[in-house]
Amino acid sequence: MDTPVNKKKLSLKEKYSYLTRDLAWEPSYQKKEDLFPYATYEGIKVHDWSKWEDPFRLTMDAYWKYQAEKERKFYAIIDAFAQNNGHLKLTDARYLSALKIFLQAISPGEYAAHKGFARTGREFPGVGPQVACQMQAIDEIRHAQTQIHAMSNYNKFYNGFHGFADQRDRIWYTSVPRSFFDDAMASGPFEFMIAIGFSFEYVLTNLLFVPFMSGAAYNGDMSTVTFGFSAQSDEARHMTLGLECIKFMLEQDPDNVPIVQKWIDKWFWRGFRVLGLVSTMMDYMLPKRVMSWREAWDIYGEENGNALFNDLARYGIRPPKGWGDAAEAVDHMSHQFMLALYQWNFGTAFHSWIPSDNDMDWLSKKYPNTFDKYYRPRWEHIKKLEANGTPFKNYGLAKNCQTCQLPCVFTEPGDPTTLCHRETEYKGEHYHFCSDHCRDIFQEEPEKYVQAWLPMPQLFQEPINGDLEAWMKWVSLVDGEDNGDYQGSHDQTSFEKWREMATSN
Amino acid sequence: MQIDVRTVSIEPVRKTFDHLARRFGNKPASRYQEGSYDIQAAENLHYRPTWDPDQELYDPNLSRIRMKDWYDLKDPRQFYYSTYTLARARQQENVEANFAFVEARGLQDMLPEDIVEKSLKLLVPLRHAAWGANQNNTLACGYGYGVVFTQPCMYHAMDNLGISQYLSRIGLLLGGVEALEQAKDAWLNDSAWQALRRLVEDTMAIRDPFEVFVAQNVVLDGLLYPVVYERLVDTYLASQGGQAVAMLTQFMTNWFTESKKWTNGVLKVTAAESDENAKVLAEWINHWSDRAVSAILPIVNSVLDERVDEMVSEELEAFRARIAKTGIQL
Amino acid sequence: MSTVFIAFQTNEETRPIIEAIELDNPAATVYQEPAMVKIDAPDELVIRRETIEEQMGREYDLQELQVNLITMSGHLSEDEDTFTLSWK
Ligand SMILES: [Fe+2]
Ligand SMILES: [Fe+2]
Ligand SMILES: [Zn+2]
Repeated sequence: MDTPVNKKKLSLKEKYSYLTRDLAWEPSYQKKEDLFPYATYEGIKVHDWSKWEDPFRLTMDAYWKYQAEKERKFYAIIDAFAQNNGHLKLTDARYLSALKIFLQAISPGEYAAHKGFARTGREFPGVGPQVACQMQAIDEIRHAQTQIHAMSNYNKFYNGFHGFADQRDRIWYTSVPRSFFDDAMASGPFEFMIAIGFSFEYVLTNLLFVPFMSGAAYNGDMSTVTFGFSAQSDEARHMTLGLECIKFMLEQDPDNVPIVQKWIDKWFWRGFRVLGLVSTMMDYMLPKRVMSWREAWDIYGEENGNALFNDLARYGIRPPKGWGDAAEAVDHMSHQFMLALYQWNFGTAFHSWIPSDNDMDWLSKKYPNTFDKYYRPRWEHIKKLEANGTPFKNYGLAKNCQTCQLPCVFTEPGDPTTLCHRETEYKGEHYHFCSDHCRDIFQEEPEKYVQAWLPMPQLFQEPINGDLEAWMKWVSLVDGEDNGDYQGSHDQTSFEKWREMATSN
Repeated sequence: MQIDVRTVSIEPVRKTFDHLARRFGNKPASRYQEGSYDIQAAENLHYRPTWDPDQELYDPNLSRIRMKDWYDLKDPRQFYYSTYTLARARQQENVEANFAFVEARGLQDMLPEDIVEKSLKLLVPLRHAAWGANQNNTLACGYGYGVVFTQPCMYHAMDNLGISQYLSRIGLLLGGVEALEQAKDAWLNDSAWQALRRLVEDTMAIRDPFEVFVAQNVVLDGLLYPVVYERLVDTYLASQGGQAVAMLTQFMTNWFTESKKWTNGVLKVTAAESDENAKVLAEWINHWSDRAVSAILPIVNSVLDERVDEMVSEELEAFRARIAKTGIQL
Repeated sequence: MSTVFIAFQTNEETRPIIEAIELDNPAATVYQEPAMVKIDAPDELVIRRETIEEQMGREYDLQELQVNLITMSGHLSEDEDTFTLSWK
């Protein structure tokens, strides 16, 4: 070489830019639209992909190095947990219901996110977001796998875990998160980013993971704490990606603002409904509680959400339409949903139970305005029926909301004594909804939501034809083992027997 | 009360998850099996994609390849996230050590001038080809069917990105930022690189996830890596005083050897599934290997004066022999 | 005013990090929760490589923060020397 080489030290930012941004080129043998065919149909206008700010500047060597460190720690802990019968250190085996719901309903979402980010990681015509999405794609399969690996040991000793892969596609309550992720994946790459990257990761995962994992720590479940916090260390990257992505769309063109606002409205509400499952896990399923759903909402929903939406106000974004209704529903949702789960617990692959007096006192304290007034009386009534030998079972089927897929068990905003129910007609068919927001979402895209697979009507179709036993077999639910009340269950008797063995000579 | 739970010996009530017992029998499953089999939604998908309503969300019919069970396409390396990441973390430590060794002794400055020039000319534009490979594997993961086939595609995509970053670092070390700029210019404008760039762009337009896998991982990389890393870097450049360069590309050499296990395994099972599959695979391999050979030739020509055709046709023969062993007749 | 926050797993590795954050952000509040430490700060929180290095007694790359990070809130900006969260 005749010119002396100029090797100035590059800053982190410059170096990262050479190691990612600079790798791509403007194609000339193929048309760009043919290589990135889904980049424009949603109406989002991007003028300059180079304006993208990389959230975390991780090159692959650093990624491998730090992730390997996390992996070593994680597997060391779950191996030790399995070898030492760590499950006997749980406060109580009823806690496991929360984990069963997690494995059946949430872990499949991790896989779906993996797949979805692989798609956006290919479809965005900008290197910055592509690389970030690809890293998230590989992280998300990590989460699915570490969760399955952590729960594999519980499956060997307790019921309700064994059929998670079948239940993901067939049982009624998993249809709630499944439809959420399917909905996101059926959307274009930009909407997917708002759905998962922004709404789910930034606004909602804190509520899912942080208080729940603290709860696991309180209840002696070091294996779950480990997968939870280990996954969260990746989520921090995912959240910054979600936030960066929304800023990028808003800054690229003012025409993007109303589209993004519509997606924020939709995906906030979709995510909030999925969290209905989490609220009951937190308020009812942890033998030792760390904080109530309401308290978690105040910190990670309300406070954090307000900071965020104040910040986005400069682009003309307002808080999601369902924000106010959500804040009100927080005092009700866990109770309404747990009551529903209890009366349908013949059809759940986890146990539920009547809260003890102690539990109810805690709930009154945490929900001073709602629990004693609306929900304690219902539990007391159920308790009485139970004591009289006529336990309360609801073999009737609730209507599922066509959008969020939850049974319509929620009450009217401003009137907690009236069930909320909305309807609409589309092409001569009737559709039911749990709320105004779910109906609005349907009306925006009826052609999408009429396709929804509803698990309840399935019970009356081929191959089940209304036969409950056949249905249980079809969803891999073992009657008398996986379902029903925790009191008197195999899980309860085995746990107590094993603990007895461990504590006596 | 202190509970000493270790001393209790209790019998598990079951050995594994239902779906794994159905596949592998009632025995404890490996972590690879737990993390790979049937973890993708298989039925009662809710909506059709708005980006292409003719497709299903997870759609085995996006490819001309047909499998009764896509979960037959096991990765012989049995990579799941953890084993994959730990393997690469060890390899990247070696790469780091090699870069440090070269830099600490200033070996890059002791390289013969024409070796530096040839290394830059040959290796640095390939970072763009590796980015194309990243795009293709990301697509194969995103739209392929069945976790055992698609998860290694994602790992491969990240490897492709890693390789493009290692190639960029070689450029920075040997020629600074200018080397990257010159290489990009060569990739975009230099006639020696245009056949390859056209080939890469054409593979990026493929939407059949299995064809992308074949065109990229089996064919293009299957010819490019032995020619570039084994013949040109490890043999030719190393013999001319460029051993330091060979140290810096060791990752690529080892990676290619390892990844052949996977690609061979996938081809073998797919071809054995049906004559139709074997025919489609042969058609793709023939088509893309003709293109790859004519794309690789001018690149080799630009660094080597003699025996170019001979060398490339030897590698093509070796490649065809490798394919024949997987049961595909070209 | 809006709150930014960051949370880490509670362990030996994060102890000096938390100490460094407390030194650099007098307005921050530290909450010890089960298995986790959460730090809130009004509008901005800065993590400095130098201060962590002083606390640890070794060289530190801010990207290592990742390993024990649980969550955070606010816009992130990151370079070799600082990791800053803020609401503008
Ligand atoms: Fe995740
Ligand atoms: Fe995530
Ligand atoms: Zn609804």
